Amino acid sequence: MSSPTLAVEDLTVYYYTLKGVVRAVEDVSLRAYRGDLVALVGESGCGKTTLSYALLNLVPPPGRIVKGRVVIGGVDILSLRGDELRKARGSLVSMVFQDPFTTLDPVRRVGDQILEVLLEHDVPIEEARKRVAEVIESVGLSERIANAYPHQLSGGQRQRISIAAAIALNPRVLVADEPTTALDVVVQKQIMDLLDEIRKNTGMTVVLITHDIALAAERATRVAVMYAGKMVEYGPKDKVIENPLHPYTNALLKSVPDIESEEWPKPIQGTPPDLRNPPSGCRFHPRCPLAKDVCRRGAPDVVEVEPGHYTSCWLYAKR
Amino acid sequence: MAEALGKTLAGLLSRISIPRISARGKALVYTGLAIVLAVVFMAIAAPLLTPYDPTRRAGPGYQPPSWEHPFGTNNLGHDMWSRTVYGARTILIVVGLAIAISMAIGVPLGLVSGYYGGKLDRALSMVMDSIYAFPSLVLAITLAVVLGPSLFNAAIAIAVVYVPTYFRMVRGQVLSIKEELFIEVARALGIPTREIIFKHILPHLLPTIMVVFSLSAADAVLTEAALSYMGLSVQPPTPDWGYDLYKGKGFVLSGYWWLIFFPGLMITLLATGFALIGEGLGEQFRRE
Repeated sequence: MSSPTLAVEDLTVYYYTLKGVVRAVEDVSLRAYRGDLVALVGESGCGKTTLSYALLNLVPPPGRIVKGRVVIGGVDILSLRGDELRKARGSLVSMVFQDPFTTLDPVRRVGDQILEVLLEHDVPIEEARKRVAEVIESVGLSERIANAYPHQLSGGQRQRISIAAAIALNPRVLVADEPTTALDVVVQKQIMDLLDEIRKNTGMTVVLITHDIALAAERATRVAVMYAGKMVEYGPKDKVIENPLHPYTNALLKSVPDIESEEWPKPIQGTPPDLRNPPSGCRFHPRCPLAKDVCRRGAPDVVEVEPGHYTSCWLYAKR
Repeated sequence: MAEALGKTLAGLLSRISIPRISARGKALVYTGLAIVLAVVFMAIAAPLLTPYDPTRRAGPGYQPPSWEHPFGTNNLGHDMWSRTVYGARTILIVVGLAIAISMAIGVPLGLVSGYYGGKLDRALSMVMDSIYAFPSLVLAITLAVVLGPSLFNAAIAIAVVYVPTYFRMVRGQVLSIKEELFIEVARALGIPTREIIFKHILPHLLPTIMVVFSLSAADAVLTEAALSYMGLSVQPPTPDWGYDLYKGKGFVLSGYWWLIFFPGLMITLLATGFALIGEGLGEQFRRE
């Protein structure tokens, strides 16, 4: 296989708060290729959003990237500084946020907001104007909408504009942090279809942050499951969904209601741990039905169980 | 640049479009505007409105108001109408200059301080708070004395007094606006900090800046009058309301009431005009 578009290696992000160090993301690695849609799934507070900010080297203080590399298109984003970093954001990697109602500047026309992104990355004005029209059409809106203010648009339209602004410079990687959570289901499907289309047409790699494993099962090419700041399972979608290795992935899949099944969904007992003081050993062991002594004592290494399919669990790890 | 400014103004006007201002707020704003614009008109059209040179003898002294001298004449025989009309120039120049200077310093410092936070913010806030702690008039008088009496120095003295007002207001607003998600988005899409501060944050502050502008202008009118009353602003014979008030004071007991009545009235009117605009706009923005 060719070299990965996005390679995350041993990424570790801590928040240094007054009440202690929050170990939000620890030793996360993943690789994604051209045209991939990587779904990053996990419960609230498991570090998904922190990881997505780290992909843009935009972790807000008091957070700090402690170690690791994020290589996108051959460039280590975490090593960039100043203007180089600013220009990498938007052109190499960019982001779509959850709530389209607050992500656009209410006092500026939406077309100007997209135009600004282009101009600040040194695109000549004539070309930038053309690109704004083009990119607005490519997200399924009419070019005329460029003159509208955000309050004149619906939630779906605003999210399309946010996506247009994010892809205007054809970044290699688009991070989408729960882009459909604030929208109704019909619009959700449209936005997901749009992300699929962009991915297929441009070869952009999309990192989709979601807590909805059903959505991941439907759309993703790769699935990464996070629990308490750790990546517990990562692999091609079919393998992770059909043949989940980690007990947490298994539990997550069983907790989703299935309309055709006789079985009731099974919620996962307990709550996610406090990341200031995570459990010893495997962080999932207090809630794991298969927990053994060894799980309490030490954290399991990440092992490649089958080609491209990784997990970190004592069921598979070598002692 | 002009295009960006035009768009900002258009966006701003769409936010404060007249129908959304309450009837009371509207009445306040329009009354205030009428007064201020009348004074501005007086200042601009002064030569057309006055038959006499305000610094030359125009007739016998101590004339009561008449058709020939609507506001009477003073002890030197100067026409008080001419002096009042030309006095509008002096006070507007000093106040305008002072407000422009304090905005030009207070607003950018507030933006930077609020946006970056940290040690810079703490240091700047402390400096501003210590200026703010002085009674404004005492501070203005002290500065004017130290700098020496002149129009420009009076403007500087007044400007220093109002810098913290702008700084505190802007800083406070920036603290809340910078947490908005669209600022985060701008950062994620590689918009430089300078652009974020001036293009994404500043436009949201314009309504508040307008309110503070009117209220501080009202205050500055009174401060200027006080400075010139003490001879710390422009020097005679340049016509100036505060100075005329001071000169006229001595003749009140002799019954020459018009020497203090008209300058005093104008000072009060102008200050009231600015205050009304500020109150009317403030009422609207507070409700939002």
